[in-house]
Amino acid sequence: MFAAPFVLVFGFFMLVPLVSSFAMSFTDFTSRDVRSPLAVNFVGLQQYLDLFGDARFLKSLGVTATFVVVGIPVTMAVALALAVALNSGIGRFRAAFRVGFYAPVVTSIVAVSVVWRYILQPDGLLNTALGWVGIDGPNWLNDTTWALPSLIMMAVWRNVGTLMVIFLAGLQAVPTEVQEAAVMDGASPWRRFVSVTLPLLRPTLLLGAVLISVGYLQFFEEAFVMTQGGPLDSTLSTAFYTFEQFGFGKYGFASAASYVLFLAIALLSLLQFRLLRSKD
Amino acid sequence: MALATPPVTAVDRLAEPAPGRRRRRFTTGRALTYTVLTVGVAVWLLPFVWMVLGSVKTQREILIKPPTIWPENPTGDNFARWFTDLDFGQFFTNSVVVAVITVLGNLVFCSMVGYALAKMDFPGKRVLFTLVMVMLMVPGVVTFVPLFVQVTSLGLLNTYPALILPFLTQPLGVFLMRQFMLGIPEPLMEAARIDGAGELRIFARVVMPLCGPPLATLGILTFLGSWNNFLWPLVAAQSQDMYTLPVALSLYATGQQGTDYGLLLAGAVLIITPILLLFVALQRYFIQGVATAGLK
Repeated sequence: MFAAPFVLVFGFFMLVPLVSSFAMSFTDFTSRDVRSPLAVNFVGLQQYLDLFGDARFLKSLGVTATFVVVGIPVTMAVALALAVALNSGIGRFRAAFRVGFYAPVVTSIVAVSVVWRYILQPDGLLNTALGWVGIDGPNWLNDTTWALPSLIMMAVWRNVGTLMVIFLAGLQAVPTEVQEAAVMDGASPWRRFVSVTLPLLRPTLLLGAVLISVGYLQFFEEAFVMTQGGPLDSTLSTAFYTFEQFGFGKYGFASAASYVLFLAIALLSLLQFRLLRSKD
Repeated sequence: MALATPPVTAVDRLAEPAPGRRRRRFTTGRALTYTVLTVGVAVWLLPFVWMVLGSVKTQREILIKPPTIWPENPTGDNFARWFTDLDFGQFFTNSVVVAVITVLGNLVFCSMVGYALAKMDFPGKRVLFTLVMVMLMVPGVVTFVPLFVQVTSLGLLNTYPALILPFLTQPLGVFLMRQFMLGIPEPLMEAARIDGAGELRIFARVVMPLCGPPLATLGILTFLGSWNNFLWPLVAAQSQDMYTLPVALSLYATGQQGTDYGLLLAGAVLIITPILLLFVALQRYFIQGVATAGLK
């Protein structure tokens, strides 16, 4: 009885779509079939074959992979540096710094994308600032080389706060005795960090990586607001590609694309959970 | 003061400095850390400052090269246009209605199922919990196509129910509530049971009053998620009168007003400000929420 309302909503709006998305990916379902969903044809793996035959889809996989592979280490490194700095006895101002670095996390990606587009204009704030030190900045969002790094830069800015908080909690759980022992052995601060803190922090680091990578794999809003996937598809993420195909009314095809993405997310999560568990 | 304290060992530096010792440890390393953090935080907050400054500039001034820092003639026009030319009131109402009902639904339904999973026995309990854990992983981008078909065939497209129902409960909320309720001692509920209270009464009078902390976390996370939600409202809201704030802003940003930065920045200020205020007021819960959500 207590579970009933939940089961209804959960079943109808989460489980059913998840299953029917899978089913749709094996049919030629289009926007015209909404009225009579049972009249669609089963096409087997054809949608998936078409998908992997589409150079743009392959491109979108590459873009998403780059976003994840570059974005995650950078986000983690910055977050870890901040967490270590905040943990090194900044007593009085720790809370204030934490709020400052965390603030972007709570903001709407759409809204901050608008702001970043403004900052990244050819004559915007960033290029003006670069001009002061003699650098002639590129036209960030309209340059096939720089558009994706620009989006990654913004993602790092927005997500560092989340990881910083998680890493800070992890650092505070590192037992002082272990550190003391390392100090007694004459280990330098850097050595202590690399040989004592980092290994102990491993589960926390992995956890952070999982959390962030699931989000990064789905990146969509940034591309939607800032570049529309351009220029020349250089920021075409898989989520954006899926949305685009949905917009064309090719629902079966879009479902297949979304399932490929889901598979990537599930595999990555599984892999990382396995890594986590093996060290417990 | 320095005389009264014992000599400092390297180990002391690792520990959180005690209040009395704080001032003495102002070394170069410490100063460097402060400087780097201060510059870092300034850079981190700069986009917000630049957004606010830009939102009160005139369209002419926004396009000046090189950009001015302080607005020459601060103007509220960009904000005014959201109310006169565009229907800000409607977008705001939509966002608030959707967020509030979503939050309430989650608080009630997630606690109920959390209670059932933590404290009751029923057939299929294990299966249900496994499904919840699996769904934790499923991103919105996987389900939005069939969800759109379902909602369309129900005739709900472009209505509040379409925007609210799919988010009325969420796996993370169920997980949060269950974990917390597992920790509530049985004897407390036994006592109520002996007094003749039914399950509903125990749930409402004994268990819920203890659940303040996870409810606060869940409420905040849900509000945040709903306020910033984008992909589904973009698909489900088809006409202006159903747009939520992010949808409205994104469509102006990618439409004909795409370079009208004054308007867009004012819109961004209007979306971000309520959340930032809420965040500063309740930061403890926000940050706790992240830590808890991270522990799944």
